[in-house]
Amino acid sequence: MAKLKTAVFDFACCEGCQLQIYNMEEEILDLLSLVEPVVWREAMSDQSEDYDVAIIEGSITRREDEKRVKEIRAKAKILIALGACATIGGVNKIKNIFDMDDVKECVYGNDARRPHLNTYPTKSVGEVVKVDYNVHGCPINAEEFATIIRCLAMGKVPKIPEYSVCVECKMKENVCRFEYGEICLGPITRAGCGAKCPSNGTWCFGCRGLVDNPNVNAAKDVMDQYGKTIDDLNGKLVLFGNKQEQ
Amino acid sequence: MAKTVDISVHHVTRVEGHGNIRLRASDGKVEKVEWQVPEAPRFFEAMVRGRSFEDIQTIVSRICGICSVTHSLASIKGVEDAMGIKVSKQTDKLRILCHYGEQMESHILHVGYLVAPDLLGQKSVIPLVASHPDVVKTIIRLHRLGNTWMEIIGGRMTHPVTLKPGGFSMLPTEEKLRELKTMMENAVPDLKTLAEVLLSLADKLPDFDRETEYIALTGPDYYTFYHGDIASTDTDEIVPVQEFERVANEYVVPQSTAKWTKWHRDSYAVGALARFNVNADKLMPLAAEIATSFGLKKGACNPYLNNIAQVVECVQVIEHGLQLLDELLTAGIKPEPVKVEPKAGEGVGSVEAPRGILFHRYAFDDKGMCTRANICIPTGQNHANIQKDFEAFAPQIIDRPQEEITLLLEMLVRSYDPCISCSTHYLNVEFV
Repeated sequence: MAKLKTAVFDFACCEGCQLQIYNMEEEILDLLSLVEPVVWREAMSDQSEDYDVAIIEGSITRREDEKRVKEIRAKAKILIALGACATIGGVNKIKNIFDMDDVKECVYGNDARRPHLNTYPTKSVGEVVKVDYNVHGCPINAEEFATIIRCLAMGKVPKIPEYSVCVECKMKENVCRFEYGEICLGPITRAGCGAKCPSNGTWCFGCRGLVDNPNVNAAKDVMDQYGKTIDDLNGKLVLFGNKQEQ
Repeated sequence: MAKTVDISVHHVTRVEGHGNIRLRASDGKVEKVEWQVPEAPRFFEAMVRGRSFEDIQTIVSRICGICSVTHSLASIKGVEDAMGIKVSKQTDKLRILCHYGEQMESHILHVGYLVAPDLLGQKSVIPLVASHPDVVKTIIRLHRLGNTWMEIIGGRMTHPVTLKPGGFSMLPTEEKLRELKTMMENAVPDLKTLAEVLLSLADKLPDFDRETEYIALTGPDYYTFYHGDIASTDTDEIVPVQEFERVANEYVVPQSTAKWTKWHRDSYAVGALARFNVNADKLMPLAAEIATSFGLKKGACNPYLNNIAQVVECVQVIEHGLQLLDELLTAGIKPEPVKVEPKAGEGVGSVEAPRGILFHRYAFDDKGMCTRANICIPTGQNHANIQKDFEAFAPQIIDRPQEEITLLLEMLVRSYDPCISCSTHYLNVEFV
């Protein structure tokens, strides 16, 4: 079996999802029997233009980056969005609730009008080019990433959970975060993280994006039951770019 | 020899984020040498406005995947400073311990995965798997320890979940802390091995000294990463972290658009070597011994030695971490519910990221909503110093082959362990 030539590219993000690849430690060696990294700036000095799979980390926030990601799409047979910044825009999308001039002036003051500081409202990778597979989460779940890569190498279609975080949270026997007076996005967020945040005593902030066909009515009932408002909910949805999706 | 050198490294590899090197020389004379940063700005200070004090950590942790515990802690300390929140000794010790896990993980990632290939003549860690399997296995074990360490206390390797203003949303069990203790004890021989390997390669680190102002936190009676105020190797004055703007002095250079920082000189350096130069006399015994084995002494001003200081710090966080663990386990972990009532105020949180001192300032209204933020990150503070090193070092090596000059300059950038995604303040530089 020929190894998949794989390229990793990063755009606006914290590079924490690439870090999860390092964090697989020995398991990386297993994956290296299936894929051959040909571009990975954070890890390697060698670079190549010839690749089958492009893994894109980060959001698209500038015109020049939009051009770059389109060039990558044209070269790659398979394109994977890696992590929340790439799949749904992630925290970078908080920027979109403000006026862009205001955002620039807030951070750069008098220098805000310099052309190289140009920024536009954050886009997920899928808003710019066709994405074949999403690796959700902030950060990604490395096991899920490894499964997706293995499936691709073996010509299979990876299965990504289509149910909500509540399912995984219940299996962990956690007490519901609403019982603590918190707003939790678990009921509408795609599972696959093992309910990491509720299992560590805090609410789900929706980093894996909304589940397909979220049961909005049921979520509203839960909100009513615990005396929460839609404004409360929106304040949380905005954190990882889920509000703009609705 | 009349020689023209034209170097353009677009996106330096094996660093976190995007940086470029440009150098132009003719007849052995350097005409221009520049360190540029084209990273996409991300505008965190603008984005936190209007968000609740409870959500600040979740947002700003995402400034950097490699120093997410550091950004989390700086923001939490900033919130606590603004709202006058005091935390228990248990919380304080657990936070310091969690922060040590990140120093370990980040330093090993940097020295082992990113720098070691330079010293062993390879372009990435991947060929080292075949050529130096034992070294790679040692690095992997130490790297995993750093990650497991953060996960046990912070709930996750990257972007911690349990760290909150006022305390922890979930405490580690004593059983888990005992497991951590065993892992840390077992890491000591691995760290000694890593130090020996590096010692055998130390002659590969370029010989380049430049007198530099080093800035780091200082204060407690131990080698600090978390508490303390701002110290410099150029002065005896200790500046409270609340006045950090007086130290950073962000400024714009006429010939470039990059915001740099300076205090007593044109630039200053932060990071492991800076902490060593400020606090070396407070190192624990084995850490001090490792420093001595490399001949590393207070006053060292070869930037490449930052990599050695990182190894010394790995030993330090194990030694002091074990002491903290003993204290925690002797006292027993006690449940401490966290309840914070928001109030209006302004505060600063400062901690040492693996790559240097970090400052967060926040203002909140009476509902605890953030009204203003200012974040000053370590790589931003090192930017001018990298440039000044380039200006001093490039003329010394300009007669060497172009490939070698390129490698030495790339290694110089890498030695600072830059974390360019933390670039909340970075301006893009456009010239040459």
